[in-house]
Amino acid sequence: MADSTLAVEFRNIDKAFYGVKANDNVNFQLRKGEVHALLGENGAGKSTLCSILAGLYRPDAGEFLFEGTPTVFKTPKDALAAGVGMVYQHFRLVSNLTVAENLALGHPKLGMSISQAELEDDARQLGEEYGLPVDPAARIWQLSVGEQQRVEILKLLYRQAKILILDEPTAVLTPQEAQQLFKTMRQLASEGRSVIFVSHKLHEVKQVSDRVTVLRDGTTVGGADTADAEPRDLARMMVGRDLELPTRDAQHDVGDAMLIVDDVRVAGDRGLEAVRGISFEVRGGEVLGISGVSGNGQRELAYGIVGLRTPTSGTVTVDGEDVTSLSVADKIDRGVAYVPQSRLGMGLAPGLTTEDNLGLKAYRKPPYSKGLMLAASVFKERGQKWIEKYDIRGVRPGLPIRLLSGGNLQKALLAREVELNPKVLIARSPTRGLDVGATEAVRNLVLAERAKGTAVLLISEDLDELLALSDRVLVLYEGQVAGRMPAEEATPERLGLLMAGHKEEAAT
Amino acid sequence: MNESTLILTLFAAIGLGTPLVFGTVGEIITERAGNLNLGVQGMMLVGAVAGFWATFNTENLLLGVIVAMLAGAALSVVHAFASVTLRVSQIVSGLALTIFGTGLSSFLGETGSEPLVGEPSKATFEPILEGGLADIPILGPLVFGHDIMVYVSWITVAAASFYVFRTRMGLSLRAVGEDPASAESAGVNVARVRYIHIMIGGAFAGLGGAYYSLALVPTWQNEPIGQAGWICIALVILASWRPSRALFAAYLFGAAERIQFTLQTLGEPWSNVPSNLLAMLPFILAIVAMLALTSGKRARFLGAPAALGLPYFREQR
Repeated sequence: MADSTLAVEFRNIDKAFYGVKANDNVNFQLRKGEVHALLGENGAGKSTLCSILAGLYRPDAGEFLFEGTPTVFKTPKDALAAGVGMVYQHFRLVSNLTVAENLALGHPKLGMSISQAELEDDARQLGEEYGLPVDPAARIWQLSVGEQQRVEILKLLYRQAKILILDEPTAVLTPQEAQQLFKTMRQLASEGRSVIFVSHKLHEVKQVSDRVTVLRDGTTVGGADTADAEPRDLARMMVGRDLELPTRDAQHDVGDAMLIVDDVRVAGDRGLEAVRGISFEVRGGEVLGISGVSGNGQRELAYGIVGLRTPTSGTVTVDGEDVTSLSVADKIDRGVAYVPQSRLGMGLAPGLTTEDNLGLKAYRKPPYSKGLMLAASVFKERGQKWIEKYDIRGVRPGLPIRLLSGGNLQKALLAREVELNPKVLIARSPTRGLDVGATEAVRNLVLAERAKGTAVLLISEDLDELLALSDRVLVLYEGQVAGRMPAEEATPERLGLLMAGHKEEAAT
Repeated sequence: MNESTLILTLFAAIGLGTPLVFGTVGEIITERAGNLNLGVQGMMLVGAVAGFWATFNTENLLLGVIVAMLAGAALSVVHAFASVTLRVSQIVSGLALTIFGTGLSSFLGETGSEPLVGEPSKATFEPILEGGLADIPILGPLVFGHDIMVYVSWITVAAASFYVFRTRMGLSLRAVGEDPASAESAGVNVARVRYIHIMIGGAFAGLGGAYYSLALVPTWQNEPIGQAGWICIALVILASWRPSRALFAAYLFGAAERIQFTLQTLGEPWSNVPSNLLAMLPFILAIVAMLALTSGKRARFLGAPAALGLPYFREQR
């Protein structure tokens, strides 16, 4: 019965959260020495499946076999001890500690007193062995996102993990870094370890995995050897229907320069300059895509334009008026709309109702308010109109907006910004973490703004999205413009090189 | 001020700073775990009365010290339960502990058939290591001739430094104070680490309190420690959460306390400075030091644990 080539087997696994089934009759087999891709949309149950394997959740029903024996991992510690480790999308690293200290943290086999030098030697050796170079004495906050991910993988290898779960690991990497990661994954598999690669990018799944399992709505809908699988079929299995994500039309009239950013410098959180002299302009009806590895000045650039942080030098001009040092409220009045990366918290007030949130930027003026009084009826009436118009689902009267799903939150946020009739729309990673249906809706909203003649600044780490929506692309590297080009000339490879700081190589 | 006055002042400053060293190192260890315990004043007072009571009944100083540490640790469990298990605001819980501890200390001193109030301690710490090497100029008279608890405090500082920065438990401690979620996913038991280090903080606060009632003012009176508990909390910031710096920060405050007596001995015009003004000196020093250290950009480099003051909720779906 027990198949010795199997590392893990899930049989008819069920898992529900408060009555909602996240995993429903899931079957999954992981062999020793393979890279196995888990393909599915957000909410398809990939994370739940991985979390059961990593010891975070326990299944409600079904059988979980670990190397042929029925097993239950009660905590992540149990799973780690058995050799199962996970690299989460949000890294679990202590940012003020060094790389070596992060590897040692919680390690069961270390003695009472620890030697920094020995730890660093171990970390360095391990890094060299697996093509994961990283300075073991560096503190985590000094590292790039790609390097931090390497530390996470090293952490698992340091504990001799036999099964590594990588949850959407390429989302934060440049294309070149992703290629390096794929090499490491293949190396791990060739040593007899198993790698679970969670993704929704078909071309990556096709490139790196041996086998693929597709999940939809909490259930396994199919599996195949990757070599035999057609991307089109996998896509259909994943989404349940044929789907083409909207892209911009090439023929398009653009207006005058609506947003001009001239030699702007903005300070970062740690006092160093994060935006170091950036200039560009965006015309009405044009989408300018800003790409770059996260942490290269994107956030500060957006802050500088919308007024959350006043630039230390340079000018920002909106529709011919210098708005550099105006307050956020004054900039909103002059037609600057902003869709921040964190929807809850910065974008929306989590504890307020959907209707109140929709009125949050216009409440200072009639008809929302008269003098000191708010007009509750206007909030309600407009709110309900927009909820219908923008197809925001799951809204229940009187309940806080944080109960909505990510896609509906994003639709609400965009609805509020778009209804201000902005001249300039700044959107940061607007489809991050959304499923395909919601992505489609959000992309359509952005493109509708472009058609209306709004100047759109799209700041995103998702290259596919940038290339699909932008008229021109600009690459940020360490707070400066590493390159700019029309979208027609941009390829993921070229952008990837620029994102990694290789100016010259990209030019040839 | 001649040389011998200076040395006498510094010598006394070390004695007056010693309870602050214990209280501050304890609170540093607690705060390194991400927990702010404002109950130091209360724990010190309970330690002071418990230690005095034990020595009063047994004439044994070691027993007094042990009982004081146990009392401080026991009281700190209340704060640990409220702030770690029940996730009550650490500020509220710590303040409550101080109010409770202050009352409890006074009550215990006045209750019973033979109340402690006004009684002298039956044993006190005496100077050791006198003579011999004490002849070395300047350093000799400063280093030798203290009571044993001063030397214990030096060992405590060195041990705490080693513990925090060089051991596995210390690494877990720092990680829990910086990022409990990451620490937990690396297999560290966050609640346990916090409980243990809150209790270590409580034990050292109790010890600091007992140093007042058994060495500095060895006759029981209500609140013999002044406001030392609050000074300790300020000293943690001044020491930027490093045990080694706590030593010097505490002695600086010991010197500020001592200066009023020194000025009296110097005669005119120094003795004319109003003593009330001088009594304020430690507190003024605390405010100035905190403002200077925590204002503007410097605050970022101080090294406050990133999760200090935040209750930890395990990720829930």
